[in-house]
Amino acid sequence: MNQDVVNIAGQSETATGVRLVHRITRLLPDEGPLRVALMGGIGLSSIVVFWQLVCSVFGIPHYLVPSPIDVVEAIRRDWALLASNAVPTITEAFLGFLIGNFVAIAVAISFVYNKIIQEMYYPGAILIKTIPIVAIAPVLKIMLGNGIEPKVAVAALICFFPTLVNAVRGFTAVSPNLLELMHVLSASKTEVFRYVRLYGALPYVFSALKISVTMCVLGAIVGEWIGANKGIGYVLIQSMYDFDTPRLFATILTASGIAIAGFAIVSVLEKLVITWDPGETV
Amino acid sequence: MNRVVQPKPEYWAEAGSAASAIQLAGINVTFGSGNKKVEAIANIDLNVSQGEFVSLIGHSGCGKSTLLRVIADIIKPTRGSALIYGESPDMARRARTFSMVFQQSVLMPWSTVLENVRLPFKVGSRNLQSSSQAMDAVEALRLVELDGFATAKPAELSGGMRQRVAIARALVTKPRILLMDEPFGALDELVRDTLNVELLKIWRKAGTTIVFVTHSLHEAVFLSQRVVVMSRRPSHIEGIMEVDLPSERTLDLKDDPRIGAQVAQLRSMLDAG
Repeated sequence: MNQDVVNIAGQSETATGVRLVHRITRLLPDEGPLRVALMGGIGLSSIVVFWQLVCSVFGIPHYLVPSPIDVVEAIRRDWALLASNAVPTITEAFLGFLIGNFVAIAVAISFVYNKIIQEMYYPGAILIKTIPIVAIAPVLKIMLGNGIEPKVAVAALICFFPTLVNAVRGFTAVSPNLLELMHVLSASKTEVFRYVRLYGALPYVFSALKISVTMCVLGAIVGEWIGANKGIGYVLIQSMYDFDTPRLFATILTASGIAIAGFAIVSVLEKLVITWDPGETV
Repeated sequence: MNRVVQPKPEYWAEAGSAASAIQLAGINVTFGSGNKKVEAIANIDLNVSQGEFVSLIGHSGCGKSTLLRVIADIIKPTRGSALIYGESPDMARRARTFSMVFQQSVLMPWSTVLENVRLPFKVGSRNLQSSSQAMDAVEALRLVELDGFATAKPAELSGGMRQRVAIARALVTKPRILLMDEPFGALDELVRDTLNVELLKIWRKAGTTIVFVTHSLHEAVFLSQRVVVMSRRPSHIEGIMEVDLPSERTLDLKDDPRIGAQVAQLRSMLDAG
């Protein structure tokens, strides 16, 4: 009898908990970006709280795993250092992003215009892609020196392949009906490109740009690892040698912040450029 | 059988000749080679007069679209000759003698309705734009009663409206020949009936020659002056039926018993093939 009472009490306690969560989530709008953001925020906060609890309860030393509070402390302390080192990394990543994507799209266009060039060089391009970027970085350092150039080159190289592959796919993934129409209208190759292929490829190119905008930050950091005295990659290595784990975490957050900002900018651009529904055939 | 008396064409069909618009002689189309060789069309002769409305019907895969594509210079015939006003299909295509409407509207989803209709002026022979031969894009939209939708994107339109835009795009160059490949095949019956009547109105007003591929016997009879029945692969012409209907064809005529009788006649011709 007593047992039963305890059981029932326990059940009602969990029920209250469930009801509480329900009540909180019911306060949020049913759908839309606000709900996505808030629900994501709640999920993320729960992980941060759990992380803080684990660190505090088990007394994990902060040079092994810093608690969220340690990381926030490090960000406040090293704010100026992180910001000043973010500038070269952003510069390298941005230049690499521009160069890598520009070259990739130019090569993709040459493939579309000349089938023979595509047959000869596309397989080679895919082969080069299989070489790990970290393995190419030292070569680039020898060739390009200690300045900004090897970092930009790594970032550009890492952007190049996803955009090349997607742009080639985009330029060729044109509805055959539209090509037939352009043939009946006696359109030239350039006209087909300008009025059909370019627009057809844009959704593909933008998915590639969203990948490469985060990858170019990685490329710049890898470039900095090989040899640099400034930048996010340099601070990462330096923090590791100093056993300053909270600063290491703060630097990681900075790097991720740069990538998220880039992703957001490209996403906004995509919304502005692609005003039609790419999935729809009309 | 009564021939439809053409009112004086308003534009673009040159008056004064009962000339052949299209002459096909001994057309043969073979796809592939070796063991995979498929003979799609075997030895087709067909003449289409200027201003005529001719439908091609047949079982699916019988090569009626292939024949239309030979006229449109999309497919080169393996043997035989195709002449469009005495010119090769290639020359006729460059001269914009014909326009084509497909089963899908094939609009550019990123452009407005007006920009889509203007496409024929932007590509190919640009000098057409200034010539008196062409009409204004807005005028073409008015012809299909879509002038209020010039700035809309194709995605905002219904399937029937999109197909009307495609027709406006085909008419804007004032072609002497309109080639239509199952243009209303993807639309529901009510929309199809409305567009049938509108197409006849445009045809009568424009005096253009129309070659119309369809798998609907009813549609073929309702629209055409002549219906060309094609046999199964390898396709040849099984027979040609002159349609016996008044020249003024309105929606009421859709349920006329004369249409039913002629549909039955077409069906027996098809079954024979």
